[in-house]
Amino acid sequence: MSVMKTHLWPEFIIERNDDRCIRCEVCVNQCSFEVHSFDATFNEVFAEDMNCVGCQRCQVFCPTHALTIRPNPTQPRPNANWRVEHLFDLKKQAESGGIVLTGMGNDKPISIYWDHLLLNASQVTNPSIDPLREPMELRTYLGRKPDRVMFHRDSELPGGPVVPVTQMTPLVPIETPIIFSAMSYGAISYNAQKSLMQAAAAFGTLANTGEGGWPREFRKFHDNVIVQVASGRFGVDLEYLNDAKIVEIKLGQGAKPGIGGHLPGEKVTADVSQTRMIPEGSDALSPAPQHDIYSIEDLGMLIHALKEATRYEKPISVKIAAVHNAPAIASGMVRAGADIIVLDGIRGGTGAAPKIIRDNVGIPIELALAQVDERLRKEGIRQQASLLVAGGFRNSGDVIKAIALGADAVYIGTAAFVAIGCTLCQKCYTGKCAWGITTNRPDLVKRLNPDQCTERLTNLLRAWSREIKEMLGGMGINSLESLRGNRLHLRAVGLNQWEMDALGVKGAGF
Amino acid sequence: MTWEFASPGAFAMAGPTGKITYQPDGRAVVDARGIYYRQLNEQLRQLVKTGAKEIDVINVYGQRYLGTSIPEHVKLRIYGTPGNDMAFAMHGPEIEVFGNAQDGLGNTMDEGEVIVHGSAGDVLAMSMRGGSLWVKGNVGYRCGIHMKEYGDKVPLVVIGGSCQDFFGEYMAGGSVVLLGLGLAAGETHKAAFMGTGMHAGRIFVRGTVDPGQVGKEVGLTEPDAAELEQIRAAVRRYVELFGGDEAEIMATPFVKMYPKSLRPYGRLYAY
Repeated sequence: MSVMKTHLWPEFIIERNDDRCIRCEVCVNQCSFEVHSFDATFNEVFAEDMNCVGCQRCQVFCPTHALTIRPNPTQPRPNANWRVEHLFDLKKQAESGGIVLTGMGNDKPISIYWDHLLLNASQVTNPSIDPLREPMELRTYLGRKPDRVMFHRDSELPGGPVVPVTQMTPLVPIETPIIFSAMSYGAISYNAQKSLMQAAAAFGTLANTGEGGWPREFRKFHDNVIVQVASGRFGVDLEYLNDAKIVEIKLGQGAKPGIGGHLPGEKVTADVSQTRMIPEGSDALSPAPQHDIYSIEDLGMLIHALKEATRYEKPISVKIAAVHNAPAIASGMVRAGADIIVLDGIRGGTGAAPKIIRDNVGIPIELALAQVDERLRKEGIRQQASLLVAGGFRNSGDVIKAIALGADAVYIGTAAFVAIGCTLCQKCYTGKCAWGITTNRPDLVKRLNPDQCTERLTNLLRAWSREIKEMLGGMGINSLESLRGNRLHLRAVGLNQWEMDALGVKGAGF
Repeated sequence: MTWEFASPGAFAMAGPTGKITYQPDGRAVVDARGIYYRQLNEQLRQLVKTGAKEIDVINVYGQRYLGTSIPEHVKLRIYGTPGNDMAFAMHGPEIEVFGNAQDGLGNTMDEGEVIVHGSAGDVLAMSMRGGSLWVKGNVGYRCGIHMKEYGDKVPLVVIGGSCQDFFGEYMAGGSVVLLGLGLAAGETHKAAFMGTGMHAGRIFVRGTVDPGQVGKEVGLTEPDAAELEQIRAAVRRYVELFGGDEAEIMATPFVKMYPKSLRPYGRLYAY
């Protein structure tokens, strides 16, 4: 077969200001996609634009700011239907015959409802509260709450001891309603997972192992770790389940609802193989369904298997992608015994997904959240499970709006990664992440200093928590619990009536 | 194929539900009649905690998750029909069932042994990563799927009868021996899509396997000498447990199902 000339052209252009360039070769060493090269004979730095993914690593590390990396201004004839992205994918497929892969969350302008929801603030009639001087409660308990709490007075005499008689189920406290999403070791680097767990432990929140097992050395963070049981069951044993604070069954993921995962063999290094307990170099296949779950009853069976395995000492969480019938499914999940349910919206991130699935399957998290909360309330079972949401939360404004729509807490993945270097170049699946986040190449992994990353992550959690307290105080509320599901604190702008109905909010001005 | 189950004998009707009695040799006997799995499993946990090493559980009617949460080297004898997900994530115990097992036996099982003097249902040994499973009779659909191995932790499943479709699907490690003892002369295994997506591990089938019965990721060959020894050892143990004639069983040739690639889907994507 003859070598095929590619019809693709560079997505990014590298501009080097020669007056500023000092030939230090930082760009050459920093780029893991082999863009920059130094020719000593001509004392010249060259760039292969074709390889550039736009991750900005070289530009950020260039000591003289000699580099500008920007999208290639070269455009074919503009066409509203056939956008450049379509052309690129078509050409890639013509040259490979493969499914187009991508990383991170949906980047299309599918309605982002957070941008159409506005918060309330107190004026005159209900005083706002200054969180700098008054206590503000962000602590949240995850797990099944009793329908009612009953007490028994031990003595007939007044003032006799009162003892609770309600049997409580396990609850897990978090100090801020923000936890780190499920991202597996193998898909993300050792140092990235360590940073997330260390930060969760430092701040009093949780990090999720994802489905790739849990390295021994990270077991010390057990009070702050959610472990996942997914269709691949990688690294799942009794110790793994019992070491964790919460066990989560993963049925779906917002970035790729309905399909499984393939961690390519080249990412299954010796350490990853040990953690996942599979042979080195073999593909780690997570089948699309869990083959012991074909119904709500089967889900109940796995939930209770995990409860038995953990002696009823841990909440069991069930995660699904936000899809069309999410409310009915969520109701079934709660009735099957889930103590926590997780919804992951269409903007949820991933280390690798077929682009066509990421961009076309699922629904926005705002709509799923509002409808699931509504459905569980109407059925009188909302208190039986905590409701966690995930999928593209960008700032504390998105978080607090989610709480007002009914969420107990929010999972963040992409935002946490941006905090430690990620620029959303979407090339996670190549295993070459120049920022050391989604790679297992030792020279790249060591770019991530876990202690510095932990500081960045705890700073982020602190900043968001402060902002949430400010917004709460502005509404005259001193406890997050009082905002949960309180949609009267939200108003919509620029939405259709059906959208406001789905979200359960009034239009602004009303 | 028919067989008779060992009778629980004199203590079949012993006492009210949930009652624990003791045999002269100190063995505890738990009567499971009418009690829910949660109580039964809690009772077993407590017994083990107080030092019981061998427990007979009689009158078992579908109670689930037996053996799941007892990470000790104890022996359980189950009389009756244990429910779904027996030995889920099990680490340690040895379970002998005098009856049939239901679905999900050995789900994500880690260490220990389960012996079933009967048949078992669907998704047997799903994601099993260690220990061994012995079934005298037949098994249902999707058995042995996504089994795994790592280092010297290699799960073993031995089935006396035959299986249904999707046997060994996604298999990622471990060894399975399928004896087909219930098949009539000239009769073959009926399962389709065997080993679909298989990317590690090995399945030894006594009798013939048509290439049309297996997934496109699966190759068929004869077991080599070392593998034949493994098979012989498994058959010897099977005969010890359930009876039969080792020489007679070994007289019929075995077919080995193996994965053609560690990376069946390596060329699926465009980068």
